[in-house]
Amino acid sequence: MAKRKSVLVLAALGAGFLLFGGSLIDAAWKRDAAMARMEAASKWVERLELTDLVLFTEARYTRNLALADRFSAFQDHPMAFEHFPSGSVALPPRHLTRAP
Amino acid sequence: MIELSEVRKAYNQGKPNEFWALRGIDLRLSLKAVTVFMGPSGSGKTTLLTMIGGLARPTSGRVRLMERDISSLPEKFLTDIRRRTFGFVFQSFNLLKGMTALENVMIPAYPLGLPHEALRKRALEMLDLLGMAAKAESKAEWLSGGEAQRVAIARALINDPDVIIADEPTANLDGQLAEQFLEIMAELKARGKTLLMTSHDPRIRKAAVVDGIVWMQDGQIASSD
Amino acid sequence: MKIYLRRQLNLLEFTLSSLLRRKGKNLALLVVFSAIVFMLASALLYSHALRREAAILLKDAPELVIQKMVGGRHDLLPQANLAKLAEVRGITQIHGRLWGYLFDPIAAANYTVMVPQTNPPEPGFAIIGEGISGARGAEPGDQLSFKSHDGGLLTFRVAQVIAYESALATSDLFLVNEDDYRRLYGIAPGLFTDAVAKVRNPREVGKAAEKIAELLPDSRIVLRDEILRTYESVFDWREGLLLVLLTGAVLAFAIFAWEKASGLSAEERREIGILKAVGWETGDILLMKMWEGGVMSLSAFLIGYLLAYLHVFYLGAPLFEPVLKGWATMYPAFRPTPFIDGFQVATLLILTVLPYLAATVVPIWRAAIIDPDQVMR
Repeated sequence: MAKRKSVLVLAALGAGFLLFGGSLIDAAWKRDAAMARMEAASKWVERLELTDLVLFTEARYTRNLALADRFSAFQDHPMAFEHFPSGSVALPPRHLTRAP
Repeated sequence: MIELSEVRKAYNQGKPNEFWALRGIDLRLSLKAVTVFMGPSGSGKTTLLTMIGGLARPTSGRVRLMERDISSLPEKFLTDIRRRTFGFVFQSFNLLKGMTALENVMIPAYPLGLPHEALRKRALEMLDLLGMAAKAESKAEWLSGGEAQRVAIARALINDPDVIIADEPTANLDGQLAEQFLEIMAELKARGKTLLMTSHDPRIRKAAVVDGIVWMQDGQIASSD
Repeated sequence: MKIYLRRQLNLLEFTLSSLLRRKGKNLALLVVFSAIVFMLASALLYSHALRREAAILLKDAPELVIQKMVGGRHDLLPQANLAKLAEVRGITQIHGRLWGYLFDPIAAANYTVMVPQTNPPEPGFAIIGEGISGARGAEPGDQLSFKSHDGGLLTFRVAQVIAYESALATSDLFLVNEDDYRRLYGIAPGLFTDAVAKVRNPREVGKAAEKIAELLPDSRIVLRDEILRTYESVFDWREGLLLVLLTGAVLAFAIFAWEKASGLSAEERREIGILKAVGWETGDILLMKMWEGGVMSLSAFLIGYLLAYLHVFYLGAPLFEPVLKGWATMYPAFRPTPFIDGFQVATLLILTVLPYLAATVVPIWRAAIIDPDQVMR
């Protein structure tokens, strides 16, 4: 019997949904496995009193968002315009924006 | 028995290009017979067949099929009657390009919910009946005119209708193919089918298989015998 | 029931035969559609995972950071301020932090130099992050030299490399002893970079911040909540940036799909007429078209989403790296942990399937309700 296209396509879609479900299970499994890693990093955050992730070390504010125009990285670099978003979206602290 | 009473059909009604294709048709057609509608172009032959076959509704008047008024049925019922009672063979065959002859024959049966294998088998039988089994897997656009017509007839037969409606079936066929068509008609008639067709073709008018001829002129019946 | 299912199956069969007639065109459509879902899903998965990961890692960040401001700029905090802060009610613990940035010309990278409060390295030794170790090829026992503030050379021996696991928080860290730190930057004893405070009752952080602001009006106070919130918005911002870039592509596809689906050619109209003439109901034609739209859009969603999942969580989102990384040298090569927002995925599914279904079915519906007799004419 000729393989029916409709059955093949439904089977493929079914397999796709199984993989979709599989991705959710895989995600849960990977999350469990990543817990140890995140715990380790979190311990360092606590011990060293870190305030940021090491993602945008070259941004003016980022590695210490709060912080530090004194230590701005690459401040005088010709390319050092503020294109890193953390600089442009960090709001001033609330107690500063309130009228005295 | 198919009965038409006072059937009138207007196209573009109420617009400047309003056109009355049928102007009051009263007609009784017997079943299990071959009836041919003849007349000049624009005389309303084709429109009349679309009314009988439930492809369109008359503007006024009634079409009764075996005592049942089909001209006022809701679309759903009309479609159901159409696909169980009528098979259509169009002048330009109207096969779907890109699909095989077999797939084309199966089309009218898809919505009926038959198992696919049974459907396929029946379509193959129909093609075989018309001597087209060898071309089952050919794409529609690769078929010659005569082959395309036989596929179109097979498609008209797949739901085992009682009435087969053909519009100018021999217009695109040469002499030998027209002969073959008439043979097929005779075979179908022998199986108890009702055949209604329009034609200009003198070969059909003279054919032995034809039981009655209806002559039309300007949307009316000129004579019938 | 059985007939109903078989009918659906038959209509699907017909749809597929019909789609296969324009194999190249429909395949191209599916590829483009999947690619767009892939980009959108990658952006959503990546930024959501990063947001959640940041929130988890930074949950133990300092509750309060206090900085001294001079002329609107951050300045060193004198010991005397620490003493004043210790008197604020509600603050249980306060101490000065020492940290700063150090540009290493050899790696062309910026390090974060810090003095740990507990277990600092011996003088002359440094604990370094995994990123520095990688950039300089430095292992425990190796020596690293830097120019200090006055041009003198300071040499550190690597005592330890912080494990890769915590790279997301520690990759660029260069931990040194307090004396070494002061020598490196020329910061006199009694001055600190900033201060960190703990609060007895977490709910009173805001209150404590207000009191500090009153006591030391020249200070800038950063709350942990603000840091976390800023992280949320940083990644929202990045996600938004990507989505804005993708909007063009999405719109182009929308126009393309609409054009393809709704611009019914005369040929397609004729085919619908034929289907009706040979006994298909309007409903059959709509169902058939729904199968077409459903199969196309669901396939695109599944292909796009699954590829995005692989891309983000197995390959580390290499396509986004240039955007996210900027010119960071110390960017940790980390795989985001797959936190998946079910709501986001469901939204993506709906936005993939529904508009496409509508674009395929609605124009057909308009064509399918006409009388079928036009095929005879």
